Amino acid sequence: MAGEVAVVGFAQAPNVRRTHGTTNGVEMLVPVFAELLAATGLSKRDIGFWCSGSSDYLAGRAFSFIAAVDAIGAWPPIAESHVEMDAAWALYEAWVKIRTGEVDTALVYGFGKSSAGDLRRVLALQLDPYLVAPLWPDSVGVAGLQARLGLAAGLWTQRQMAEVAARGQRDVDELLARPYVADPLRAHDCAPITDGAAAVVLASAERAGELCARPAWITGIEHRVETPNLGARDLTTSPSTVAAAEAAGAEGIELAELHAPFSHQEILLRQALGLGERVRVNPSGGALAGNPMFAAGLARIGEAASRIHSGAAGRVLAHATSGPLLQQNLVCVMEGR
Amino acid sequence: MVTSISEPLSAPLDVGFDYTRSLGPVLGRFATELREHRVLGVRGSDGRVHVPPVEYDPVTAQPLTEFVQVGTEGTVTTWSWIPEPLAGQPLQRPFAWALIKLDGADTALLHAVDAGSPQAMAIGMRVRVRWTAEPVGGIRDIECFEPLDAPERAVAATPEPVTMITSPVHLRYLHSASPEESRYLRGLAEGRLLGQRCPACGKVYVPPRPACPTDGVPTEDEVELPDRGVVTTFCVVNVPFLGQRIKPPYVAAYVLLDGADIAFLHLVLGCAAEEVRMGMRVRAVWRPRESWGTTLENIDHFAPTGEPDAPYESFAQHL
Amino acid sequence: MAKQLAAVIGTGQTHHTAKRQDVSMAGLCREAIDRAMADAGVDWPEIDAVVLGKAPDLFEGVMMPELFLADALGATGKPLLRVHTAGSVGGSTGNVAASLVQSGVHRTVLAVAFEKQSESNAMWALSILPPFSMPVGAGAGGYFAPHVRSYIRRSGAPEHIGAVVAAKDRRNGARNPYAHLKQPDITVESVRSSPMLWDPIRYDETCPSSDGAAAVVIADESVASGRPAAWIHATAMRTEPTTFAGRDQVNPQAGRDAAAALWREAGITDPLSEVDVAEIYVPFSWFEPMWLENLGFSELGQGWKLTEAGETALGGRLPVNPSGGVLSSNPIGASGLLRFAEAAMQVMGRAGEHQVDGARIALGHAYGGGSQYFSLWVVGAERPGAR
Repeated sequence: MAGEVAVVGFAQAPNVRRTHGTTNGVEMLVPVFAELLAATGLSKRDIGFWCSGSSDYLAGRAFSFIAAVDAIGAWPPIAESHVEMDAAWALYEAWVKIRTGEVDTALVYGFGKSSAGDLRRVLALQLDPYLVAPLWPDSVGVAGLQARLGLAAGLWTQRQMAEVAARGQRDVDELLARPYVADPLRAHDCAPITDGAAAVVLASAERAGELCARPAWITGIEHRVETPNLGARDLTTSPSTVAAAEAAGAEGIELAELHAPFSHQEILLRQALGLGERVRVNPSGGALAGNPMFAAGLARIGEAASRIHSGAAGRVLAHATSGPLLQQNLVCVMEGR
Repeated sequence: MVTSISEPLSAPLDVGFDYTRSLGPVLGRFATELREHRVLGVRGSDGRVHVPPVEYDPVTAQPLTEFVQVGTEGTVTTWSWIPEPLAGQPLQRPFAWALIKLDGADTALLHAVDAGSPQAMAIGMRVRVRWTAEPVGGIRDIECFEPLDAPERAVAATPEPVTMITSPVHLRYLHSASPEESRYLRGLAEGRLLGQRCPACGKVYVPPRPACPTDGVPTEDEVELPDRGVVTTFCVVNVPFLGQRIKPPYVAAYVLLDGADIAFLHLVLGCAAEEVRMGMRVRAVWRPRESWGTTLENIDHFAPTGEPDAPYESFAQHL
Repeated sequence: MAKQLAAVIGTGQTHHTAKRQDVSMAGLCREAIDRAMADAGVDWPEIDAVVLGKAPDLFEGVMMPELFLADALGATGKPLLRVHTAGSVGGSTGNVAASLVQSGVHRTVLAVAFEKQSESNAMWALSILPPFSMPVGAGAGGYFAPHVRSYIRRSGAPEHIGAVVAAKDRRNGARNPYAHLKQPDITVESVRSSPMLWDPIRYDETCPSSDGAAAVVIADESVASGRPAAWIHATAMRTEPTTFAGRDQVNPQAGRDAAAALWREAGITDPLSEVDVAEIYVPFSWFEPMWLENLGFSELGQGWKLTEAGETALGGRLPVNPSGGVLSSNPIGASGLLRFAEAAMQVMGRAGEHQVDGARIALGHAYGGGSQYFSLWVVGAERPGAR
C-alpha cells in the first residue's frame, strides 16, 4: 500500500561486556553495515536517508557521533540526521522521512560503548539537574525504587523477576540465593553493561518487496513521554507505553520484543500492554541478555522484524525505552504478509 | 605489508566541570526557603501539591506559581538499598534511596535515608529531614532523611537568597584508540611516523583510520612517512581559554607530510608567527627520546627547513 | 504518498544574552515557546508533537535534557524527539518538525532549540583533549580560522571583507530587539582594530557566547490556511565526513549538494535574483562570502564581491542576516533555528525594524561540525508553486 514502510534488514554487532574499539563506534559499525548491505543487496549509494542514535555522555566527548559517519564512508555526501536518543527514535525519524515521499530507503543505526565510563553515574545525568541529579542517584538504585513498588503492590515477586532473568536457562533458586546489588535488585535483575551496535534498513512499499522476501510491514509506530518527576508518576505501570500501543494498534500480537533493562520492567511492560500467556516475549533474550545503550531499543525492532523475515511470526510488537524508569516509550507494530 | 594486530591502546579521560545553574523564580524560591529549613511545594492545576516544586504543570504545561509550605517529616513510599555508595552520593556509608512524601505534599521527593541497615527500612516508615551543617544552597542542604526515632541534631539556618547552584559533574572514562591508530601511536613511541593506505581509494592516511572516511573500510597497507612536509594552512592562536595546554600566542598549522594525502594539526615554532606561510616547508623537532610515549606530543613542534616554499598548486587540493 | 504542505505559523525567541541568570533552562525554553505559540495563536491541546534541538549535552551537563524538560516543553503525554546534528542542529530541528507535518503524521508540531552556554564554557567542552593527541585545538575559532585563511588565499579577497561583514551584522543586530550584541556605531575600521584572536579572525569578527532559545510552530495546510504563514517550499540536509584526503574544507561538497537539492525542490534556478533575503549561519565573519559561494549565490571565488559591494546589507540585492545573525547572538543549539525562524518572520512580514521590504522568498541556513553538516530551508509568503 502506498505510504507504507517496512523493515527489510537487520544486523547487529556482538553484544559484549567490553570492546577494544573507540567510543565513536566505527569498529562495531563497519562490519554491521557490510552485513546489512550485503543482505539487502544495496550499496551505500542506494540509501536515501541515514539516521543514527547515540550519546555524547556515553562517550565522554562532545560531538562523538560525527566520527561514526566514517564507518559509512559518507562520500559522496549523504542525507543524514542524528538523534541524541536510542536509535529506535532514529528509526522513527527515518520512517517519517520515507512517508514524506522524499526517499524510498533508509538505513538507521545506533551504537554505544557503555563500558567506557561508569554507566550507573553517567545515567544520573538524565535526572532533573537542579533538584535530583546533584544527589547522583544511580540508575540501579533508582530502578530498585520501582521494583519495590511493584513488589509491595503484589504486581510481581522476586521469584518472578528471577524467572524473567533465568528464561528457563538458569536455576531460579540459585539466583535468589545471591546477594542484592541494590535491594530489591540482584545482579540478574539488571541488564549487563554492554558495548554494541545495531542497524536496520527501512524501505517504502515500492522497494520493500525487491529487498526482502518477507518484509516486516510497520502497521503502527508511536511514542510518548511522561513527566520527569519520578515521585509524581505511577511507577508500577507505563501510561506512555499504553498510550503508544493503543495509538499504534497493538492487537493480535504473537511475539513481543520489550526493551526492559531491569527484570521487573519486563513484567511491568507485559502487564501494561496486556500481553497474554500466548505472546512470546523477548525470544532474543531482551536487554537482560545484552543492553548496548542507544542501540538496544533499535535492536528490539530489528529482532522482532527478523521473526517476520524468517516466517516465525506473523504480527509482532517491538518496544523501546529512553530515560529513567521507562520515562519515554516507543511501540512499533509490524506484520508479515 | 599488512599491519599486525596488537592490543589497542587506551588511557583515562577525565571530563569534569563545575556547572553553574541559574534556578529561575520557582526553584530559586525553593532553594532559598530550604536554607531557612522550610520546604515549599507548588500547587498544580489538578490541586496536587508538588514537592519538589515543578515550574510547569505536568498536565496543562502552564507555569505554576502557588507555593505551599509542607512539613519536614514525611512517609517513605518506596526505597532501595545502596550497600556501596558511589562518588557524589549524599552518604558515603550504606544508605537507602527513597521516595518520600512529605506531610502536606501529594508527590514524593527522591532523597537518601540514613537508616543504618535495610532491615530498618520499610514502606510507610516515617522520616524527617536532616539539615546539613554547611548549606550550599540547593537540594543538598538536605543532607539526607533519617528515621523519626533517630536523635535530632540542632543545625542553625543561614538565611540568604539563592539564585544559583554549582553542580560539579566529574566523570571518568577509558578512552581507546582504534587498532590502526594504536599501531601509529606505537610507531611514534619509536620516533616513526606510520601511515596506512586505504585499500579502496589508495590514499595515505596519517594517523591511519579504522574506517577510511570516504570508503568505510579500515586503512591497511603501512606506509612509513618522513617527518617533513608542508604547511597547508594555519592560524595564530592568541586567545587563552580554560584547559589550554600551550601558552598563546602559538601557530596551529595543518602539516601535510611528504607522501601523505591528509594533513594533521600541529604546532609551528622556530620562526616568528608572522613569518609562517602557506606552503612553508617544515620538519619535525622531536622531544628528547627519553620522554617519548605513544603520543603525537613526541614531536614538540615543526620548524621551517629553509627550503623554498611548495607551490600553491601542490597543496591546493588539501585545503 | 504525496508530500503534504507545511507552513510556519508562529515564531518566538528569547532575549539572548551572555548569562540569562534570571531563568532556568525550562524558563529559557518557555520564553521562546510562549512567544511562538502566541504568535501562532495556538494552545497546548493543538500541539501534536514536540521536537527539541540542542548542541552537545556537555555544554549544560545534562544528559538528554529533553527528558527533564518534558513538562516545560508541553510534551508530556505526547511524542518528543531530540535532534542533535552538531551546530546545524537548530536547522535540523526545523526540518525534522517540518517532515512530521509533510509526512501527514501530525498536523501541528512545535520545534524548540536552546543553549544555555553560561552553565559551562563552550571553549572547554569543545577542546577536551582525548589522550594521545596534540593539544593544539582551540575551540571553534581555532578550528575554523585556518580554513578562513585558505578561503582568503584561494579567492584573493581583500583583507577587510571580514570586517565589512562583522560591521554590517552587528549594525543589523542593533535593529533586532532580541539580539545579544547591539552595536549601532560599529565600523569596518573599529572591527579591523579589534584584537586578533585566531589570526586571521579578529575579536569583532567572532560570534558571542549566548544563552537563548528559539521556537517555531509548524502546521499543515488545513491549520495554516487563512493565517499568516511562511510556507515551506523546500528543505535539505547533507553530511560528509569531518576529514578525508582531498576534502575541500572551504567549499564543502555537502553544502553544495544540499543547496542544489534545495533550489531544485524550491524551483529556484537563479538564487541571487529569486531569493529576497537569506539568514545564513555565519559564526565568523568570513563565512558570509564562503557560504554565498557554497550556496550558489555567486560564482566560486566571487562571493566577497557581493559583500564588498554592499549587496548583502539591508537594501542590497540579497540582504544577508538582517537579524544580526550568529555574529550578534549565538545560543549554539538554537542558532540554526533562529536562522530558520528569522527567514519565516521575513516572509510573514513580521521582522519589525529589520524587515526586508517585500520579502517573499527567504533562505534559512545552518551548518555544523567541521563544516560537514548542512540544514537548509526555503520559505515563501505563498504556497509553493504559486509564484
